[in-house]
Amino acid sequence: MVTGANGCGKTTLIRIIAGLLDASSGALHLPETAIAYVGHYLGLKDTMTVRENLQFYARFTSGGRDRDIDADLERMQIRAHADQPARSLSAGQRKRCALARLLFQPDALWLLDEPYANLDAEGLSLVDGLLREHQQQGGMAVVVSHNRMVPDDLETKTLRVEAWSDVL
Amino acid sequence: MNNTFIALLRRDFLMVLRNKSEWLQPLFFLVVVVSLFPLGLGPGPTLLSRIAPGVVWIAALLASVLSLDHLFRSDYEDGSLEQLMLGNQSLSLLVLAKLLAHWLTTGLPIIALSPLLAVWLNLPMEAFPTLVKSLVLGTPVLTLVGGIGAALTVGLRGGGQLLALLVFPLLVPVLIFATMGVSAVAGGMEATAQLGLMFAYLIMALTLAPFACAAALRISIS
Repeated sequence: MVTGANGCGKTTLIRIIAGLLDASSGALHLPETAIAYVGHYLGLKDTMTVRENLQFYARFTSGGRDRDIDADLERMQIRAHADQPARSLSAGQRKRCALARLLFQPDALWLLDEPYANLDAEGLSLVDGLLREHQQQGGMAVVVSHNRMVPDDLETKTLRVEAWSDVL
Repeated sequence: MNNTFIALLRRDFLMVLRNKSEWLQPLFFLVVVVSLFPLGLGPGPTLLSRIAPGVVWIAALLASVLSLDHLFRSDYEDGSLEQLMLGNQSLSLLVLAKLLAHWLTTGLPIIALSPLLAVWLNLPMEAFPTLVKSLVLGTPVLTLVGGIGAALTVGLRGGGQLLALLVFPLLVPVLIFATMGVSAVAGGMEATAQLGLMFAYLIMALTLAPFACAAALRISIS
């Protein structure tokens, strides 16, 4: 769990862990696993339907090739919108769609940048459920959040980023 | 063939087909530019037939470069590019899938339209096959080399103009060899040498451009 005020460098940190940014100093030691990342930009194609978007990522990630997409959509409670173009979804529904990608990568290190943003109460507990299941299966996640903590029953280490200098 | 390669190729192809303006706009541009020449220069068949290879090729080059700005931009803006980079696949291979989708939706229609444009410009019949051959060899180079520029400018506002400035010098050899070749055949000579050089340029672009694009995208995203 990474917390801290706006602009303190949480996203920078998670992007460095994801390998999208180079760290200006220091060393990064990561487990030898794949990385699943859900950031501010969700990676959804507006002209494609929710199902097509997920089908693409299912084919794209080795763990998701034989997945039952409809079951995953059901789990994220967006099955009813499966055939709608992603652009017609609300911000919370888009977030659920992006988070559904995590289901394809149970073995990966999850990097979640503000996973709770834009979600309603049910959505929040969905994320908690995903994290709980991931931890039970031995998975690890780095969750960046500035206003909501992961549930208490999860084994959590919290890093509070105070200022840019903590990251740099 | 690699699954992720096919998945990405399919996705890009589907998206371009859905967004009709993306693939129709370059073709429309090509047709308009070529049809303006007879209007501007007069319908004299001798003059038109002499400039036909150059006009078709310049229009094809501009149409292709015009469409390159979209190549990585939507992926960059919606976060898809980050997802592609995080996968286990080599980014160069994924870039190649995107470039292939671009060529299939831009280069291939240009090739299909070229005989019609050649008829408009009164290009001698015997030069038609060479024009098509030059486009078959040349349009992938436009996509591949243009892709490097698109990857470098993807994060910049108004990157389109810079993209054109960056890639035009690299595309000049293609333009020269192609128009020389087609003109040679129209004048009753052979074009083997010119087409051979174009083939060599294509091989070079095919081998190097995906790596250059991947490196440029990594720079753009960080």
